Amino acid sequence: MIEDIVGRYMRVEIGGAQHRIYYEEAGQGIPLLCLHTAGSDTRQYRGLLMDAEITRHFRCISFDLPWHGKSSPPSGWWQTDYQLTTASYVAAIQAVSRELGLDRPAVLGCSIGGRIVLDLAARHAAEFRAVIGLQSSAHVSPYYDVSWTHRPDVHGGEVCAAIVSGLMAPQSPEDERWETLWHYMQGGPGIFRGDLHFYKAEGDLRGELYRIDTNQCRVWLLTGDYDYSCSPEATLETASAIQGASVAIMERLGHFPMSENYALFRTHLLPVLEQLRGEC
Amino acid sequence: MIDATMLAAINADPALRRWSRHMEADVLLEIGAETWRWVVRDGTLASVTAGPFVMPAWTVALRAEPEAWAIFMRPEPTPGYHDLMALVRRGALRVEGDLRPFMQHLFWFKAVFAKLREPKLQERAA
Repeated sequence: MIEDIVGRYMRVEIGGAQHRIYYEEAGQGIPLLCLHTAGSDTRQYRGLLMDAEITRHFRCISFDLPWHGKSSPPSGWWQTDYQLTTASYVAAIQAVSRELGLDRPAVLGCSIGGRIVLDLAARHAAEFRAVIGLQSSAHVSPYYDVSWTHRPDVHGGEVCAAIVSGLMAPQSPEDERWETLWHYMQGGPGIFRGDLHFYKAEGDLRGELYRIDTNQCRVWLLTGDYDYSCSPEATLETASAIQGASVAIMERLGHFPMSENYALFRTHLLPVLEQLRGEC
Repeated sequence: MIDATMLAAINADPALRRWSRHMEADVLLEIGAETWRWVVRDGTLASVTAGPFVMPAWTVALRAEPEAWAIFMRPEPTPGYHDLMALVRRGALRVEGDLRPFMQHLFWFKAVFAKLREPKLQERAA
């Protein structure tokens, strides 16, 4: 069986450097840009991109951030330490959207993606019609020493996967949980840590939420209750600071709802996309 | 906590053996007033000894609050109590000493406790 998902590469300039970015897409209609979590890649959205009920109405696109998946790091990468920032993350999203000629796409992002959509809504609402934040919060305090994810005496792929393994709901199907972890095992050295720089240090967006106008850019927040990184409490606190935001806590899901248990997650996502369609 | 049958089951599990490969550690597990010392040599859980100990030597210690640990060990733990790092985050578990074997073999530690949650082994522990 050949799936409907099609993958391609684009060459774009991001932050003054040339990048070769991998993306995949399926469907037609309202553009829906999907953002993967820290240290992972587009494959987290395999369930969504194969969901005919969604691709009938939405052009679903997922891309690998620079340094992730099949997107190459820029020339000279071996001389630098990778660190994701709010500015570099937004620049990557804008570059991909522009290159694909998307007209005010809706953006669905998880974890770091759930964080950056808040910035898109706060500062770039003219470019994006709506955002859906999964496991979304404006801030997360560090609760372990992230330097363990990039050491010569600890296997980076195994420790990154082992750390995030507990963020998933124990009830999620074993196959999907372990596929989610496989993606983490394949991340480049230091990349998960570099993403966490944005997530746990630089990208504190608590002071920016007041800028969000949900009349201009609609905001939905969906969070799985087994996530202790971005907890339900953190999402509810974030939602309370955004007038007009819709929020739901998803039982028996964790930090990777679209990847760890797609069948359950879609029961929460479909009504949101239905509303989004009605408002477009 | 771990009798000879459980120890054999842990060592016979190919997935656990994969995550413990080359592991060398003396692990002190402390749940409230109860303590155990696990000796791991070349990836094999060689022995588990119950305390109390007079002068225990250990590489890494896991010290848990008993109430939180009891929830953690349920077949279906509630959110926030379902994982070692979740307990760390809520302050119900402290990991002390040389953290290297713990982080190197984090999958093994998680998998051992997951195995101890299995109904058959739970019955033995009851």
